[in-house]
Amino acid sequence: MPRIGVFVCHCGSNIAATVDCAGVAEATRGFPGVVHAADFKYLCAETGQNLIRDAIAEHRLNRVVVASCSPRMHEPTFRKAVAQAGLNPYLMEMANIREHCSWVHADRQVATAKATEIIRMVVAKVARNEPLTAKQVGLTKRLLVIGGGIAGIQAALDVANAGYQVTLVERTPTIGGKMAMLDKTFPTLDCSACILTPRMVELSQHPNIELRTYAEVLSVKGFVGNFEVEILQKARKVNHLTCTGCGTCWQKCPEKNVPSEFDVGMGRRTASYIPFPQAVPNKPVSDTANCRSVRHLAAKERGEKLMECRVCEKLCPTKSIDWEQKDEIIVDRFGAIIVANGYDTFDHSVYGEYGYGKYPDVITGLQLERLMNASGPTKGEVVRPSDGKHPHSVVFLACVGSRDDKVGRPYCSKICCMYTAKHALMLKEHDPNIQTYVFYLDIRAAGRGYEEFVRRVQEEYGSTYIRGRVSWIYPQDGKLIIKGEDTLLGRPVEVEADLVVLATGITAASGAVDLMQTIGISYDTYGFINEMHPKLRPVETNTDGVYLAGCASGPKDIPDSVSQASAAAVKVCGLFSQDYLTTDPMTSVVDQMKCVGCFLCEEVCPFRAVERETLRGGKVVARINESVCKGCGLCVAACRGEALNLKGFTDQQLLAQVTALLRA
Amino acid sequence: MSTYAYYPGCSLHGTAKEYDRSARLVCQALGLELREVEDWNCCGASSAHMVSHWLALSLPARNLQPVEKMGLETMTVPCAACYARLKDVSCELKDPEVRAKIGRVLGDQVTGRVTVEPLIGTLTTQEILDKAASLIVKPLTGLKVATYYGCLLTRPPKVAQFDDPENPQSMDRLLRTLGSEVVEWYFKTECCGASLPVARTDIVLDLSRKLLAAAKKAGAEAIVTACPMCHSNLDSRQGEIRGRYGDDFKMPIFFFTELLGLALGYPARELLIANHLTDALSLLQGRGLA
Repeated sequence: MPRIGVFVCHCGSNIAATVDCAGVAEATRGFPGVVHAADFKYLCAETGQNLIRDAIAEHRLNRVVVASCSPRMHEPTFRKAVAQAGLNPYLMEMANIREHCSWVHADRQVATAKATEIIRMVVAKVARNEPLTAKQVGLTKRLLVIGGGIAGIQAALDVANAGYQVTLVERTPTIGGKMAMLDKTFPTLDCSACILTPRMVELSQHPNIELRTYAEVLSVKGFVGNFEVEILQKARKVNHLTCTGCGTCWQKCPEKNVPSEFDVGMGRRTASYIPFPQAVPNKPVSDTANCRSVRHLAAKERGEKLMECRVCEKLCPTKSIDWEQKDEIIVDRFGAIIVANGYDTFDHSVYGEYGYGKYPDVITGLQLERLMNASGPTKGEVVRPSDGKHPHSVVFLACVGSRDDKVGRPYCSKICCMYTAKHALMLKEHDPNIQTYVFYLDIRAAGRGYEEFVRRVQEEYGSTYIRGRVSWIYPQDGKLIIKGEDTLLGRPVEVEADLVVLATGITAASGAVDLMQTIGISYDTYGFINEMHPKLRPVETNTDGVYLAGCASGPKDIPDSVSQASAAAVKVCGLFSQDYLTTDPMTSVVDQMKCVGCFLCEEVCPFRAVERETLRGGKVVARINESVCKGCGLCVAACRGEALNLKGFTDQQLLAQVTALLRA
Repeated sequence: MSTYAYYPGCSLHGTAKEYDRSARLVCQALGLELREVEDWNCCGASSAHMVSHWLALSLPARNLQPVEKMGLETMTVPCAACYARLKDVSCELKDPEVRAKIGRVLGDQVTGRVTVEPLIGTLTTQEILDKAASLIVKPLTGLKVATYYGCLLTRPPKVAQFDDPENPQSMDRLLRTLGSEVVEWYFKTECCGASLPVARTDIVLDLSRKLLAAAKKAGAEAIVTACPMCHSNLDSRQGEIRGRYGDDFKMPIFFFTELLGLALGYPARELLIANHLTDALSLLQGRGLA
């Protein structure tokens, strides 16, 4: 016989202001099975929990209903409380009379009646609760990091240093990400490469880290602690085991006119290449779309004629060129995944008023970084792409592809104000005669030393800041005319410039949405990952065992990305410090006597938890893998023969709830 | 033969008679029947929307109603300012509340079913371009022109829904079809100051001067417009600009329909090109076009 105790929480005034809690407690005393009812100001407080524990002992309760808030926050609290009193934790149910009642109603009488009805339903349910026991599964203590930018590098190093095995997958030929492309970093003006490349080298030499560049994640199966991942290793046409990185092949490669991705089109590279001198690994890949030898072989297969090349093959001292090398798929197991897939900069060619990306002297901030960088295409000389001349007047436009509904980017990209100020300063350092103008909407320089930095650029470096959006850029006599409005003076302004630099904003990395869908994590309309909780669980995704770091979840600067990476690493280390994972026992279960083997359940299951089992006699029925099942209940709803049931939410329990409400 | 409701607006009955004349002639030649909207009134452009939102919607809305009664679906509008107002209200009328309110103002049911398009759009579909090409009598070979669309034809893009808002191409395509050389310039959709001719003539002179100078610099011998306001500003202010700034542009300003008419073989006299205040005939005579 169920002996149910009902505990009604006031939640301070959150519930008590609109619900007569004492009255509700009194009313529940008459419900079937209820032998005790009480109300209390804060049940989640230690004293409140004691009240429940004492009542369980005193009234020999074997079921408990806590009528308070949503179970999302405090279900674990109260389960623990009843467990300490010797009750199976799954014999406690919560009735949500706050979010579902007091917060959304104003009429005290109606709210009180509704709270009573909510509890009546939960009492009917809890009477049918069965004790449940959590199970334990093992885990693979290996981490997969997706993305080799600064966030991925930091996370991989932190976890590897804690003693766990890490595999880092990066789709380009080198790690380093966007940070490797930068010249200096704000606000300290550290040389970006000087602080980044030691980390890159450390990573490549770390005994616990397996580095897979030029590789992509194809599929992710499994669940926390036990992911099975397919990784595509793209063919490099170079055997990296024997290659010494001597450089002969890329120095002698005759195909020299490929726009360099690393230099954002400001420079050219060869078909056999390393993206930049400090690339890790410092060994080349042959870009098959442009390599003359690969194209020759492909043409030959099609029966067409194309000149043979094979220069690198002839010159390679270690015979490392391998035309036979094919894309390879590697299957590996991991216990956790950190997604650090980074970002791309906004494509400004949608802005007709700025020339649709067609004026050669209208460049982006990232392109300017490459021009300023000593290892960049101009060896650090800032010149105009159109004629190679030094600019004397440079205009910066902030918020290109940020804070602009017109192009579908209402959000602030967070870093542009700072990098634009940095650029204005650096240009002045390059050439004191350069005059810089910055068109901005607002200066957003929230960060340690940031505001001071912007002030310094304005005051000491004489950059002219004009508040307003630029309406139009057009070329005239070899210069660019920039028209806009000074919104502080309320007047139109016109500036003549040799070079225009657009502070293009941050967008999700190309292919981000496909990646999120492959992994099975949720993302927003812009392709950024949704955190499990934006404030309290900022590096966890909605899938257990999958974490995030850096710009994967939205615009961030380097310090924020690094902090997040270390935070994600701690979460992974916490997970790996356990030898077993406890699974939620509220999973589906199949009554194999009723199952007809239609496998509709298999079709609807988003977690691939349904397995097939052949019974003696040859009947094939469904079986639920309890480690994989998340207890969503889709299969239960889909099952036509009522063979499936969800533990903790059985058909009988739900029906009892409905019946209780209808009979009242 | 396609039939369009034709809304000339006040300019084409006054300062831009040559636009009206040439538009009617070329449409006839190209097999488009224009039927002037019956009992039309002011579209409210340039003043009504500064005074009252509802007046600015009701005035053009009243011009859309007769079109349905005439049994037509599409209205073509030569004036860019009229087009902006009429297109705006046709967008607003998609909202049932606006429809109801304007219906009350006009004392008649408003459906908002009429499609509004600019004449430059009507005359630059691929079909019409092909037809024009086949009918050319006097190609405009060697005539270097700057196409000037003005600020209202393409903006705001969500309302205008015509061509590229920053770098429109339809007039360019038409003039290339007619054999003329279209220069590349960057002032295609800039403001000429047409809303301030009386109140702030200085601004109009400044803006118009910049346009003329840019066209000249780009190598244009003439500017082609699709807007009577632009035309009147650029055509009539060149003397004042000379007086104030000393620049003597002598830049002929054409309506695109005038050049189309010339190419189709209509004499300049019939197209009323002599009405222009800045001499345009000399240029044409020099090329054997008039």
